[in-house]
Amino acid sequence: MTTDVAVLGVGMHPWGKWGRSFVEYGTVAARAALTDAGVDWRDVGSIVGADTVRGGYPGYVAGATFARALGRQGARVTSVYAACASGAQAVAAARAQILAGLAEVVLVVGADAAPKGFFRPAGGDRPDDPDWLRFRLLGATNPAYFGLYARRRMAVHGDTPEDFARVKVKNAALGALNPYARYRNRITSEEVAASAVVADPLRLLDICATSDGGAALVLSSIAFAQRQGVARPVRIRSVSTVSPRFPNTELDMPDIATDSAVAVEPATEAFRASIARTAYEEAGLGPEDLSLAEVYDLSTAMELQWYEDLGLCADGEAAKLLREGATAPGGRIPVNTSGGLASFGEAVPAQAIAQLCELTWQLRGAAGERQVTGARAGITANQGLFGHGSAVVVVR
Amino acid sequence: MPAVAGWFTGEEDGFRLLGTRCQACASVFFPREDDHCRNPHCAGGVLEEVPLSRYGRVWSYTDSRYRPPSPYVSNPDLPWVPYTLIAVELEAERIVVLGQAAPGVTTADLAVGMEVEVIPGVLQKDPEAALTTLTTWNWRPRR
Repeated sequence: MTTDVAVLGVGMHPWGKWGRSFVEYGTVAARAALTDAGVDWRDVGSIVGADTVRGGYPGYVAGATFARALGRQGARVTSVYAACASGAQAVAAARAQILAGLAEVVLVVGADAAPKGFFRPAGGDRPDDPDWLRFRLLGATNPAYFGLYARRRMAVHGDTPEDFARVKVKNAALGALNPYARYRNRITSEEVAASAVVADPLRLLDICATSDGGAALVLSSIAFAQRQGVARPVRIRSVSTVSPRFPNTELDMPDIATDSAVAVEPATEAFRASIARTAYEEAGLGPEDLSLAEVYDLSTAMELQWYEDLGLCADGEAAKLLREGATAPGGRIPVNTSGGLASFGEAVPAQAIAQLCELTWQLRGAAGERQVTGARAGITANQGLFGHGSAVVVVR
Repeated sequence: MPAVAGWFTGEEDGFRLLGTRCQACASVFFPREDDHCRNPHCAGGVLEEVPLSRYGRVWSYTDSRYRPPSPYVSNPDLPWVPYTLIAVELEAERIVVLGQAAPGVTTADLAVGMEVEVIPGVLQKDPEAALTTLTTWNWRPRR
C-alpha cells in the first residue's frame, strides 16, 4: 500500500503586518490552493485547520472558521494545535484521513494575525503553566532562548556572530525573490552587525519577526490526482510528528529546566535529530537524497543547528557548510530557498504549511528565480513549543 | 514573599532551590513534580522534596535588552534595565536550570563552563503594593 498523498494545490496570502483578521488570510490562501488544484470547494470532503491562539477561542476554531468563511458545505472538520508544529499536524491529520479512505480530497489551512513585538502567553494568571511561569519569573522571551542556543553554539562549535549574519544575508537574498515574503530587500553583514542587540549574542536582524500570513494545501489520494489529469503530482512521502524522549536534556522553550538524566541515560540522538530521522526512515531516503530543505530559522543560529540535526553535515560543521556555499542557491543542498523565517517572519499556524508550499513549487519547477535546478526531493523541519516535532518529506 | 511557592528555601548561604526526587528511580524534577514520576521506565514512587546543588556550571547565557511583555512585571515609568539570564548545569542532578543573574552581572562577566552559585534574589518591587517584595533565585559567579 502506498503511503503517498498528492499535493494537488498550494496557495498563500502574502506575509506582512496587514492589520486584518486571520480568517481573511486563511481564506485567501485556501481559495488560491483550490484554484491551483482545479478543485471546487463544494467537492472537498474534509477541512483541517491549524489553530491560531488569537482567534478569540484558542484551540477551537480554525477548521470550522475557514469552512464558514468559504461557505458551509458540510465537510468533515478537524482543528489542530501544536504551536509551530500545528501545520505539520494538520498535514498529518489530512494525510491519515486520505490514507484511511475517509476522504479523497482534504483542504489544509493555517493563518495568523500576529501581535506586535514578542510572542507572549494569553492573559490571566496561570501559575501551573510553564509558559506563563517562564515569562512571569524570568522574563524569558523566545529570543532569550534563541540567545542561549546561539551562545552555546559559539562555545561548543566555535560559531561566530559573522557566521550567524551570513545566514541572514543568504536568506534575505532569497526572500527578495519571493512575492509572498514580508521582507523583500537584500541585507549585508554590516547591516546585521549594526542592528540592535536583542538577546546577546543575537541582534534584531538575527531574529525572525512575528507576522500576519496564511497558507493552504489541497491534498488528495494519488488516484484522485491522476483522475484530475495530474500524472506526476508532487507527493508527501512522510510526516514526522514525534515528541521528545525522557530525559530531554536540551533546554526547550518554554521550560525553565531540562529533565534530569540521573536515572536514565539520555539518548545519544537529540530531539530535533529524531524528528528528522523519523521522517527520513518513513520516506525511505536520507539527507544525501535531498535537493533542498526548508528549516525553521527562528534565529540565524537556529538554521545552523538544523543543518546538523538534518544530517546535512556532521555536528559542529554547520558554519563550515554555510561558508562553503553548500546551502546557498547553486550549492549542494540549498536551505530556505523561500527566504525562510528571516524573510517571512513567523505566522505560527501557517508556517509549516508555507514551507510545503515552497517545496511544492520547487518540485514542480515553478519557483521562478528561486528555482533549484532539477529538484526532486525536499524536507521541511521545525519544532513546536511544548515538545512537538514537525518534518515532512516531499518527492516528485 | 516568594514569587512562587515551594521552589526555593533558606537564607544567605543556606539558600537552595527545591525540587522533588522519585524514591523509586531517583529522577529529580525542577520545577517540582508532585503528581507522578515522569520517567516512562519507572512505575512511579513517592516524590520527596529535595534541595538542589548550590553550585553549578554555566551551560549558556544571554540577556534581555528589551522589556519583556506581561506577565513579566516591570515599572513602565522607569527606563528598562536589561538583566542577564544564565542556564546552569548541576552535575549531581544532571539537570540544567535557567535563572536570572544577580543584579550587576552582565554577559561580559560570564563564560560557558564557569562555576556559579545560587543566591536569593528579588523579582520585583510591586509598584502597586510597595510592601510586597517578591523573592526568587539568582545565579552569580562563585566567590
